[in-house]
Amino acid sequence: MSQNSSTLLSVTGLHKAFGENQVLKGIDFSVRSGEVVALIGPSGSGKTTALRCLNGLEIADAGTVAFRGGPQVSFDAKTKAKQAQILRERSAMVFQGHHLFPHLTVLQNVTIGPIEVQKRPRSQVLEEARKLLDRVGLGAKADAYPNSLSGGQQQRVGIVRALMQQPDLLLFDEPTSALDPELVGEVLSVIKELAQEGWSMVLVTHELAFARDVADTVVFMDGGVVVESGAADQVLSTPANPRTQAFVQRLLHPF
Amino acid sequence: MDSNWQLFIDSLWPLAKGAITATIPLALISFALGLVIALVIALMRISKNPVLSGIARVYISIIRGTPLLVQLFVIFYGMPSLGITIDPWPSAIIAFSLNIGGYAAEIIRAAILSVPAGQWEAGYTLGMSRTRSLYRLILPQATRVAIPPLSNSFISLVKDTSLASTILVTEMFRKAQEITASTYEFMLLYCEAAAIYWVICLLLSALQNSVEGRLEKYVAK
Repeated sequence: MSQNSSTLLSVTGLHKAFGENQVLKGIDFSVRSGEVVALIGPSGSGKTTALRCLNGLEIADAGTVAFRGGPQVSFDAKTKAKQAQILRERSAMVFQGHHLFPHLTVLQNVTIGPIEVQKRPRSQVLEEARKLLDRVGLGAKADAYPNSLSGGQQQRVGIVRALMQQPDLLLFDEPTSALDPELVGEVLSVIKELAQEGWSMVLVTHELAFARDVADTVVFMDGGVVVESGAADQVLSTPANPRTQAFVQRLLHPF
Repeated sequence: MDSNWQLFIDSLWPLAKGAITATIPLALISFALGLVIALVIALMRISKNPVLSGIARVYISIIRGTPLLVQLFVIFYGMPSLGITIDPWPSAIIAFSLNIGGYAAEIIRAAILSVPAGQWEAGYTLGMSRTRSLYRLILPQATRVAIPPLSNSFISLVKDTSLASTILVTEMFRKAQEITASTYEFMLLYCEAAAIYWVICLLLSALQNSVEGRLEKYVAK
């Protein structure tokens, strides 16, 4: 894979099995600075596993993940914890189920990482957090507990928590799949704004219309391999591979 | 009848004193030490290291598989034959804390496992180590889950301290026995002691409810 100066992340030959089940069978893709990559595919295709490997939440069996300017993380070696740590310094994850900490306020949720782990100056972190919460329309909820928020609000806090890590790359794992339909829009519009601001992101999603709107590149996965990838509009409108065609058709016309 | 009433009144202070100076401190100290032991054992039990989890498993099995009275006797009457003589009070504290350590370990383990895996992952993704995730994220949430069963353990312990009377600790129940030795009013004194245990436990239950209410927000939904 060509590694030119604008390449932020390159992933090569990612393999991962859970017991007998070979989930990833050699995944390659790359992300340029400012690029939005949507990982799509049927459930069980391995897209979430691939995303989790980028953040060290899964340790791949083989393959490499390298961020620009960082060491190439090779999953063949034994120093798993250290490798995961390298990846987490560069990327931040927004989970499907938000996973906010219920015993901490919204403000504490989004500042615990920067203050306690990254050891950034407290007053500066708090100011930045309040600004970001304002931006996603949750400035008034800073002192609320997550359980008192709606699903859409919780997920927006989840996004702010990821942004507060000051990552090079944002990872979204089906960020709207657990939401009630009427709450999906408020989360997608935040993600869209971030994309327009130039954030680099990898997005696992079932929202094809959103992917077409926001993503630069779509990577279609099926059966643990990348079946097709290319410009979003092209892959989603005129897919070349029959499996991609069938998948897109199914999602656009479910019945 | 009047003299019974008089005896009841006269015994109230000696019994209460036994509760204040022995029963309650014995329960509190043993429970605090027991919780420390329990946390260590619970973490060993959860650990992926087979030796650590094996030791924890055996410990819990022995504690839960043998009577508390026997554990007390082994420590107070048994240890001297190994050349280790321990006074009544420390013997009682050792036996009670080891016992709580075994029972509460299972409670704490279950409470830790009840916290969704996503909470650990969210900690990791923020760059937290396993240890930091445990004490900043998981234990605060596990505490809320563990409070009701731990309260039960504590209430049981308060009553079980009466067993310390058998190894010469002058706690409330032994006080009651001492008074019966000169008055022969078994029914009166033992019911009076029972009533005081009951009052203490009622207070503890009320305390448990208020703590649970306050920790309500700590639960992941």
